[in-house]
Amino acid sequence: MDIGGINPVILIATLMASAVPILLAALGETVVERSGVLNLGVEGMMIIGALGGFVVAVETGSPVIGFFGGAAAGALLSLIFAALTQVFLANQVATGLALTLFGLGVSSLGGQGYNGIKPPPTEQLLPDALADLPVVGPILFGHDWVVYFSILMTAVLWWVLKATRVGLIIRAVGESHEAAHALGYKVNRIRLMCIAFGGAMAGMGGAYVSLARVPQWVDGITAGAGWIALAIVVFASWKPWRVLIGAYLFGGITVLQLNLQVAGSGIPVEYLSMAPYLITILVLVIMSAGRKGKANGAPASLGQNFHASR
Amino acid sequence: MFRLEKRPTPSKFWLYATPPVAVILTMIAGGILFAAMGKNPFEVIRTIFWDPVFGEFAFYLRGQLLVKAGPLILIAIGLALGFRAGIWNIGAEGQYIMGAIVGAGVGLAVFPTESRWIFPVMVVAGAFGGWAWAMIPAILKTRFNTNEILVSLMLVYVAETILAKASTGFLKNPEGMGFPGSRNFSSYPAAENAFLYEPLGLHWGGVAALVTAVLAYILLTRHQAGFQIKLAGQAPRAARFHGVNPARLVVMCMGISGALAGLAGLFEVTGPAGQISIDFNTGYGFTAIIVAFLGRLNPLGIVLAGFLMALTYVGGEMASTNLGLPDAAIQVFQGMLLFFLLAVDVLTNYRFRLHVGAH
Amino acid sequence: MKRRNLLATAAMGLLLASGGAFAQGMDKVKACFVYVGPIGDGGWTFQHHEGALAVQEKFGDKVEIQWQENVPEGADAERVLTQMALGGCNIIFTTSFGFMDPTNAVAAKFPDVKFEHATGFKRDSANVSTYNARFYEGRAVQGHIAGKMTKSNKIGYIASFPIPEVVMGINSYYLHAKKANPNVELSVVWAFTWFDPAKEADAAKALIDQGVDVIASHTDSTAPLAEAAKTNGAVIGFGQASDMAEYKDGPRVSSIIDNWAPYYVKRVGALLDGTYEQADAWEGIAGGEVEIGEITAAVPAEVKAEAEALRDSIAAGTYHPFTGPINKQDGSPWLAEGATAPDGDLLGMNFYVEGITGDIPQ
Repeated sequence: MDIGGINPVILIATLMASAVPILLAALGETVVERSGVLNLGVEGMMIIGALGGFVVAVETGSPVIGFFGGAAAGALLSLIFAALTQVFLANQVATGLALTLFGLGVSSLGGQGYNGIKPPPTEQLLPDALADLPVVGPILFGHDWVVYFSILMTAVLWWVLKATRVGLIIRAVGESHEAAHALGYKVNRIRLMCIAFGGAMAGMGGAYVSLARVPQWVDGITAGAGWIALAIVVFASWKPWRVLIGAYLFGGITVLQLNLQVAGSGIPVEYLSMAPYLITILVLVIMSAGRKGKANGAPASLGQNFHASR
Repeated sequence: MFRLEKRPTPSKFWLYATPPVAVILTMIAGGILFAAMGKNPFEVIRTIFWDPVFGEFAFYLRGQLLVKAGPLILIAIGLALGFRAGIWNIGAEGQYIMGAIVGAGVGLAVFPTESRWIFPVMVVAGAFGGWAWAMIPAILKTRFNTNEILVSLMLVYVAETILAKASTGFLKNPEGMGFPGSRNFSSYPAAENAFLYEPLGLHWGGVAALVTAVLAYILLTRHQAGFQIKLAGQAPRAARFHGVNPARLVVMCMGISGALAGLAGLFEVTGPAGQISIDFNTGYGFTAIIVAFLGRLNPLGIVLAGFLMALTYVGGEMASTNLGLPDAAIQVFQGMLLFFLLAVDVLTNYRFRLHVGAH
Repeated sequence: MKRRNLLATAAMGLLLASGGAFAQGMDKVKACFVYVGPIGDGGWTFQHHEGALAVQEKFGDKVEIQWQENVPEGADAERVLTQMALGGCNIIFTTSFGFMDPTNAVAAKFPDVKFEHATGFKRDSANVSTYNARFYEGRAVQGHIAGKMTKSNKIGYIASFPIPEVVMGINSYYLHAKKANPNVELSVVWAFTWFDPAKEADAAKALIDQGVDVIASHTDSTAPLAEAAKTNGAVIGFGQASDMAEYKDGPRVSSIIDNWAPYYVKRVGALLDGTYEQADAWEGIAGGEVEIGEITAAVPAEVKAEAEALRDSIAAGTYHPFTGPINKQDGSPWLAEGATAPDGDLLGMNFYVEGITGDIPQ
């Protein structure tokens, strides 16, 4: 069953868990960008979520409540971004970066006193009887609830964006805010809600790092995952299932390169270390080369602020 | 209810008044933060904004402002050209690293030859390194329609790995007892970017930043290419109609921003930083994005924004050391300053109107 | 040139103002610390800060301490050091290897301020001292426990960057594991980061997935231990830099604790009483800089006793973790029978010892 000392079943099971933070954050950002807003503050929202989730879980003793605490913290922080860009019409790129700076600082200040504590564990959801089945067990049944939640959210967002009225409105606002406004939609209010949703998802992704991936709180715990999430949204051409593929691809290669090191593949470590980034680029090139000349799927109003003159 | 109303023309008054207003608001909000942390807010604010320029050790710190602002300005100007044209290079950090590696590599390859030509050749090599790294996303975009945001960002991480390899491998100081890091350029005068005038912190990087600002200003206001850049950003279709070649524009804007980031890396590694090391890069490439927008994508605005950022770094550091504030508090303060600057900016183009009754 | 004159003049002015109290000891010392990370990292920087606080506690009013977190290496370090020197610090501890050149550059301009650089080797002027800890001594104890405890005969090591400090630790860990258990195999994973908890967890998971059941790490977070904890006792690990006592009831069977307090107290004390001299300190278990954290009950009593005996023999100086015969990875001899490794070889170590598979990325 092993290929070069690596068991593919365990590899797939591992990558599904390790991709969760990026997947959740990227799904949230997908909705934000589909509504025409570019929020580069994903890293800031993730780390605030990591702290918020950790604190709530430790104080309440419940990791599930912790995840929602993380979501709330991320959403709260994103409201600063929403206020600045939707009310004060501030530049989105700069505001997003400032949000990251602010979030890193706030999390570090707020996290003092939470170092060296173990949070309540997030356990496997389904009974061992299922998880111990050969092959399908670890891949399909061996995870904690957030892994399933992340896949469920992918499906839900795909459905919402594609087939519902809410999705239609979000897309309309993102493609042409002028036209959406003319149709009577409150562009800025819709965007504000999308931003808050994106913040909640990023916060939850961050909480997964501090409650399940690493279980602990330390300064800077998300270590740049938010930036990868941003890249995955672009990789996915703003489509939820492709976000999942992108997150699994990136997470998978990260896990694979570490496994190859352990197995002693003979491939120089530095090339393995670069592999997740290079292969993501390569796959994107192949995908986008097929659609040469066509638009790459970016919402037409992405990054532009809207002010109703009437 | 108040509502925003677009001004017929941007307000000249608020154009200049918004930064001071934002700074004052930040002082108030930040003061509350510092007071809540048990520090004297007036002392902290004075340490951050006043001491670096007029305090006891200003003779030294004033120079440090340019040292810190120089690379930010240089990178931000290049980025601003691209941002104006709607080209999103957010991987300047990677181009900065590659410029430093290529430029330093050229210098170290000829060590210890002494010639007045070494440093100029290194400068060219540094610009080339950044340019070449930026050409990857540029060509992928023009050839395969690949999104430049993703490619330029991913290449930052690749560049960081190459940097680690350079520090522990091919550029490692042979006399460094096996430790990571290249030779220090302060011991190699022909390749060193020494201070030209220490009290102002002026080295060739600072000169380059200021000259570039002026050139970029001229380009944008007087030159055909500047017109094309602005047109492509504001009205892409009209730009095509006017004969702007989008592919050429991408290559030009990415090339300029990459080369400038590479230059910044080269000047930094041969001067203030002194050597290639694993953690040589300190995020200038990302901070420069903020600087570019704070400066309203205008070269002269960028110069001012660069100095303001530098002031908060240098002053914030002093507040942290001397007053025992956690570094994170300074980050929060910087974040607030940016928030206020970005928010108050709205007054330039809009005014708040008291809105009575239904609409 | 200009820079030097300017700053020297400034320093001179300060010196005169402060009365030039040197050599006979000082009434009050301002001790300053430059950190590469945040104090909240729970590892490297946290431990240095603990040392700083110990200085404050020991000397009370006679010492004022100052510190700066998150100082990037290079230009920023030079500015922070200059500010501290101008601001009246009498002794400045720079706590990361990357501060080596900035420390020496600034020290040359402030001859009356003492500079102490951690983990480096450059002492360009008389006021620069260097200090380091012999972490490889602790790795030897860990290696012994690892060799005895592994059931799969596969042990793992999560490494950060390929620098001598890390390579030294890997070699020491492997040699002593091998001595305790000749069948042991070592897998090394290079994370190419000092600190990225999620990646460290992934690295630990990769090791565990491939049958490794004892993990040591040379990165900063507790993530590898947390990952080991998920196996419910099948995999054990060690605390790194700090004791990581919160995992004592789980996978953490022992730890290497960086204890900088004795050195910091000694140096500041020497400055206070006038006995301060330039130094090149490289102390280990004997000096108290490297502490072996409590070996838990998960380790059988006899293994624990052996490990403690090993620790004590290293502390007593009767045993050196690198004692010949040792060959390099390629089979060429390094240390002859009975020979111990010269410090110079250790400080520049860039090769694996015989038996380790894989290459050091260079």
